[in-house]
Parts: sequence; C-alpha cells; structure tokens
Amino acid sequence: MRMDDLSPVHIDVLREIGNIGQGNAATSLAAFSQKLVAIDVPCVRVLDINEAAGYLGGPENVVTAILVRLNGELSGMMLTIMENAFVGDLIRLVFGTAPDDLYAMDDMQSSFVQEMGNILSGSYLNAISALTGLSAEVSVPSVTTDMVGAILAVPAVEFAELGNKVMFIEDSFTFADGFDENEHVNGSTVRCNMILVPQMSSLEMLFDRLKV
Amino acid sequence: MITVAIADLACVRGDTGEVIVTYALGSCVGICLYDEQTRIAGMVHVMLPWSKDAMNDNNKRRYADTGITELIGIMVSKGAMKSRIVAKIAGGAQMFGSASGTFNIGERNIEAVEHVLAAYKIPVIARDVGGSCARTLFLHSDTGMAEVKTAMRQMRSL
Repeated sequence: MRMDDLSPVHIDVLREIGNIGQGNAATSLAAFSQKLVAIDVPCVRVLDINEAAGYLGGPENVVTAILVRLNGELSGMMLTIMENAFVGDLIRLVFGTAPDDLYAMDDMQSSFVQEMGNILSGSYLNAISALTGLSAEVSVPSVTTDMVGAILAVPAVEFAELGNKVMFIEDSFTFADGFDENEHVNGSTVRCNMILVPQMSSLEMLFDRLKV
Repeated sequence: MITVAIADLACVRGDTGEVIVTYALGSCVGICLYDEQTRIAGMVHVMLPWSKDAMNDNNKRRYADTGITELIGIMVSKGAMKSRIVAKIAGGAQMFGSASGTFNIGERNIEAVEHVLAAYKIPVIARDVGGSCARTLFLHSDTGMAEVKTAMRQMRSL
C-alpha cells in the first residue's frame, strides 16, 4: 500500500482520528489557557510535500515546528506546525511577554513550546490509541523555527517510500473572549497543523484493526 | 523566474536572462551548474545521496548521483561543454539539530554531491552548506551568479 492508494473510506478514518485528536487538543488548550476554546471540523488531506507547503503559506513561510518520533506498533513521525503568531500568543499567555522574533526565544520559552508540541501531538496519538488499541513510544520533541518547506522535507527524506506524500490535518482553535448577539464565539482564531507521517506498515495495521 | 521543485531540475540559456530558484532547501542540496562560455545554466534539487539505496523509485532527480548526471546530460545536449562546467552548491542542513535522526542526511547529501561532481571533474567554486537553517537558492543564468537567502540572514552571493 502507498499513500496514493488510500480510498475515501481510509481518508474518512483519518479524518475521524483528526476529529477526536482535535477535541483532545482543544481540551488541553482550554485547561491551560483558562479560556473557552472553540473548534471547527478539521480538514484532513493527503498531500505531497510541495502541495502541503502551499497550504502552509508557501515554502519560505517561517513557522515553528515540533517534531516527535513514534516507535512501537505505530511508527513514524509527527510534526506540529504552528504559525509564529500562535506561538507568540501562547508564550505571552504564560510568560507575560514574548520575543518579537522567535529566534530569540530563551531556553524556558523554547522548552515551553516543546511541551506544547508534546501536548498537541499527544492529543492525536491518544485518539489513534483509543480507536485502535495501537501503542507508540514518543520521543523527546525537538523544536525549530524556520522555512516550512525545509521542515516538511524532514519526514519526506526519511520516509521516501511514501512517495513524498504526507497526511495533513488542518485545525483551527478559537480562544474565546466572549460571545456576540448570535451566540457565536468572539476571539482570536489560530491555525495549527498536524502532519502525520506513519510508516506504511503501521498505517496498514491501523486500517486492519479498524477493519477498513 | 523558473522554480525548481523538490527532486526536480531546470536548465536555461543565459540570453533569456532568467533566474532559476529553488525554495527552502533543508537537508536537501541545491546544485547550480554553469558553463560560462555558452552561458548555459542548470540547477537540480536533490533529496537523498545515492540512487542505489532506493527501492522502487524511478525519480532520478531525487538522488545526487542520478540527478547531477541527468542535469549534465541536458546541459551538454544544449551545447555546454562538460570540461567548462563549474558548480556552486547550497543546503545540507540539519533542521532539528542532532535530534533529526541517527544519521545526518544533510551531511551525507553534501558528501555525495561533492563525490559525484569530483567524478565528473567539475570544480565546486562556491558553497554554503551545513548548519541548521533552511536556504533559498537563486541562480542568475546571464552571469552564473548564485545567491542564498535564509530566514535570519541577508541575501548572500556565492
């Protein structure tokens, strides 16, 4: 099986994982920010790297990415890609101020961002485990702020067998400041993207467990 | 501007005045080849070092050895002379520091590129490689000048 061979049913399963994961992530973000966090239905796509970069503001767009490696029944790599504005907001929530330039994050801030990546990627992994019973050991996350094109090439290089395809979940979280007269949430919306690159054998096992 | 995607290449004549660009090289390596006399310019963006390590992969432009070989072939077919071609290279970074893998693919890519160019007796006259940041690489076909841009640093000529 290759990423290209995924059927609409397979994509639906991945979308459901995206849904549950996003719900978990929103709960974590709400607990941590002490704000109501609203979510939209996530968008799940299987894309090649050049396309994925397009959805993320073009290859030269500078973002912050957290990489974790998965080992065990579920093997592969997971990238959490956050807009720098979102990262700045999160840092400000905790530290009061944030550096104008994320290259200038100090050790505390950088380790905090690492932890955020841990929480977010954990949200999706828990969704997979809950649905399938598959387990994975997660590596210590590593963080970088740089051009998104180069970041996306990291999993592509390691999993060249996938033929340059990655699974892309686009989430949006709205940190609510209040509600308008139609009871719609008012607040700042941020986009966060999860990129899951499972080893093909793991993906097969995943579909097998779900009997699809 | 002609864009070279990941695992792809381009070749143009200098009289077009075109600029060839490849965006966001991380561990990948961008190789600019130029024949000053005919002003034939080429660029290839490779992801991995050796094609023999690949299984079931027929994209020759993904690998340093086959990608460079193909680009030289195209340039020669347009009238470039192999003995006049010079190279400028950029990329081969390690994006997530030491955590990005048990093997440093960026470094292995640079080694492979240098090895292949040496085998064709093509001198590498400028390089901006290694480190941990992404690079965008431009090649001006009219002059053979190459430029490298990173997120943190001003444009730098090669």
